[in-house]
Amino acid sequence: MKLLAIDTATEACSAALLLDHQWIERFEIAPRQHNQLILGMVQSVLDEADLSLNALDGIAFGAGPGSFTGIRIAAGVAQGLAFGLGLHVAPISTLKAMAFEAFSKHTHELAAVAIDARMEEIYWGIYRRLTDGSLDALIEDQVIRPEDVLMPDGKNMLAVGTGWATYGDLLTAKTQTLNTLIEPQTFPRASAIAQLGAIVLANEEGVPPESVLPLYLRNNVAKKMAERFRVE
Amino acid sequence: MIVLGIESSCDETGIALFDSHKGLLAHQIHSQIDLHADYGGVVPELASRDHIQRLIPLTQSVLKASHLALSDLSGIAYTQGPGLMGALMAGASYAMSLAFSLKIPAIGIHHMEGHLMAPLLEENPPDFPFLALLVSGGHTQLVYVYEMGHYEILGESIDDAAGEAFDKTAKMLGLGYPGGPEIARWAQEGDANRFRFPRPMTDRPGLDFSFSGLKTHTLTTYESTAKTPKDRHDVAAGFQQAVVDTLIIKTRRALEETGLKRLVVAGGVSANHLMREKLRLMTQKVGCEVFFPRLEFCGDNGAMIAFAGLRRLEARERNNLEFNVRPRWPLSELKALSTPRGL
Repeated sequence: MKLLAIDTATEACSAALLLDHQWIERFEIAPRQHNQLILGMVQSVLDEADLSLNALDGIAFGAGPGSFTGIRIAAGVAQGLAFGLGLHVAPISTLKAMAFEAFSKHTHELAAVAIDARMEEIYWGIYRRLTDGSLDALIEDQVIRPEDVLMPDGKNMLAVGTGWATYGDLLTAKTQTLNTLIEPQTFPRASAIAQLGAIVLANEEGVPPESVLPLYLRNNVAKKMAERFRVE
Repeated sequence: MIVLGIESSCDETGIALFDSHKGLLAHQIHSQIDLHADYGGVVPELASRDHIQRLIPLTQSVLKASHLALSDLSGIAYTQGPGLMGALMAGASYAMSLAFSLKIPAIGIHHMEGHLMAPLLEENPPDFPFLALLVSGGHTQLVYVYEMGHYEILGESIDDAAGEAFDKTAKMLGLGYPGGPEIARWAQEGDANRFRFPRPMTDRPGLDFSFSGLKTHTLTTYESTAKTPKDRHDVAAGFQQAVVDTLIIKTRRALEETGLKRLVVAGGVSANHLMREKLRLMTQKVGCEVFFPRLEFCGDNGAMIAFAGLRRLEARERNNLEFNVRPRWPLSELKALSTPRGL
């Protein structure tokens, strides 16, 4: 399968081309420059593989959670590419992609992923590695106050993402887990999104481009007039 | 050449197809008015969330109406600014990536240039040069248009835009959203001469506008009444009359100072009936022609972006892969079209 993946959900920006079991990737930490970088990265991985856009079998993108503008850029790019090429799209959780990335470097069984969501909340999800290499969500992606998270006990666990840096004390106080390894500098990567996306597309669970939307998780972004007056 | 135009700078998603031979082929506008009404104004994040859901369905719709496929497109134009950052970014990401996947050029268009060019979509378009009065929720400007891309701002609002003053005043009077049409509706049965309203900055030279003081004056006036429906009608009528008169006085002054014989009026507020009527009378008096876009192209739309984009793409302008949006972007920074090479 030839699959193109992009991610612009966090401070990181990346594009990857998956050619069956190998991949080519461009990755940069580049806050607020995603729009300037992402299509150039796509062109660059295609050029290196000497592959034309028309040879692609599908598109995967980091759907969120993450920066609202960031995940909308990713969704807009995924929509534009897939619509123009007549392809289906695999929307991939950025938290799942981070867990996948962390599992590829360690042998732990669980990954608790946290991204700082501002407003004293985190985007939070816990993933378990299955024997066939796929990932299972133990706690579904959610936006939550760090003091309210449920932490699994017993198993050895990876603590992944910038949320563990911002709310380290609050979160580690909850881990009774032995052998927790804290990896705050893990970002979502397009190579991980590509590999997870390949499974989605192989199972024919991809979506048409007009159904491609970001996964915001936080939906209370403004107060209605009625709500405002009630508070005052 | 067939160009897809994409507008997403504020609370309307507009998509259109423009053909260099056949003219406008199809256009669609999705308004978010209902989405923002409960909030009393445009919520930028909600606007962006809506745009990203509309872009493909509206594109499919204009293609279907024109019996065309994506492969028939020769270029894509999108609104690059000014406007809401997130809303612009949704349209830009989609437009640039669609063009990239189709291997056709894309060009970012200045939203106000789109409005300036909107009357050129009509049967009898104005020749250059002309004076333009741009009045919308975000802008109130008098512009000397030498040719496409060559603009000189002669005057503009030093505070609120005219449309913004309409919105804020409507809110103060407890009227609905958006404010322009609401004020106009309430003004219909009102007595515009019951209260005295100032015509801001008309008693001194220059072509700049100010509507902030007028808004405050309106609030003070309304607070002094018993706030009966009749009071509301009369205050709305007096306020509308004051805004329109101010626009007319300055526009007339600009026509006289520049000696221009053609006036183009564009932007959302140009749909206001009282203003259209009074501008017609004024231009007749001073011996000028006046040009308005059709009502549906007074507000934001994809047709004006497709048209401006076609002109710029024909002049061999295009964006590279590093796309950017410009939430603030002075019109005067634009450049006149270069002559197409190799034609």
